[in-house]
Amino acid sequence: MKKSLLLLFLVVILATFPLITQKGTEFGGADGKAEEAIIEIQPDYEPWFNSIWEPPGSETESLLFALQAAIGSGFIGYFIGVMRQKNKQATQEKEEKASHVTH
Amino acid sequence: MKKVSWKVLYFVVLLLIVPKQAAAMHIMEGFLPLEWAIFWWAVTLPFLIMGYRSIRAKVKENPETKMLLGLSGAFAFVLSALKIPSVTGSSSHPTGVGLGTILFGPLAMTVVGSIVLLFQSLLLAHGGLTTLGANAFSMAVCGPFIAYFVFKGATIVGWSFSLAVFLSAAFGNLGTYVVTSVQLALAFPSEVGGFIASFTKFAGIFALTQIPLAISEGLLTVVVMNFLKKYNLSELKLLRVLSKEAR
Repeated sequence: MKKSLLLLFLVVILATFPLITQKGTEFGGADGKAEEAIIEIQPDYEPWFNSIWEPPGSETESLLFALQAAIGSGFIGYFIGVMRQKNKQATQEKEEKASHVTH
Repeated sequence: MKKVSWKVLYFVVLLLIVPKQAAAMHIMEGFLPLEWAIFWWAVTLPFLIMGYRSIRAKVKENPETKMLLGLSGAFAFVLSALKIPSVTGSSSHPTGVGLGTILFGPLAMTVVGSIVLLFQSLLLAHGGLTTLGANAFSMAVCGPFIAYFVFKGATIVGWSFSLAVFLSAAFGNLGTYVVTSVQLALAFPSEVGGFIASFTKFAGIFALTQIPLAISEGLLTVVVMNFLKKYNLSELKLLRVLSKEAR
């Protein structure tokens, strides 16, 4: 448990470190930068297909990203709960059995 | 025999459609020339079919591992939604396929990773349908396979389970973006310097950004795996995840 917390703390540090060291950047997506690089290499390249649907704005986009994370972490939380409960039951049953034997 | 020849035929046809003249995280919609879009779709498709079969077989063999499969999917879902700032001043996201790869093997994660990418391209305009084949190949085929071989390698060498998990997830993540850079460089070689010049450029954008994220992904995967080792030991044994000493 302690080890897990330490590891999670390390992840937080890794994610916040650039925020402190890199000033004057908006941390745009790396894929956007690749787009720029493509245009630089081949200025006449025209994307030949557009997204069928695009979130109307950054607000809706962040909503959908948050939703994606929420659905995923919701399941992970459920999983952890179920597994702990199962484990608890299993150890309880074992103890009960053990006490039956001694009686 | 008949089956084998069909497979050979498939790959021969595949070689024929390798675009000779190439004009090339996730590659944005429409940003891969048509020939390359088709080519990567064709490369990925067989893996998807094998992946589907692999999942079906694994779940049939051990129905009690269904929850773990759900967890692998959820983990990839969460991680690929987290756009994390990196040292290069741009953001990228982890892939989250390492966990499922260690549990279910690389083929199963091909399907799971592709579903995540499909969701992102349809709802978030992140990546795209035309580039889904290429993106799935890097994140859902190469990433898991790299993760798988790193895990096996580290286990054979005799490194600890946690270290093997960490390296596997981190390199799977990093490898994904190296492959993306290769794909882009193949489709968009520089006029001067060709493929190598373009590759250096794209790798500079993706791979550098990805290094801290790869480390984060490795750490998170270890956290989840430690939980599984504590509470799901029987399933891990069924899936033959742990090496003999660790059991």
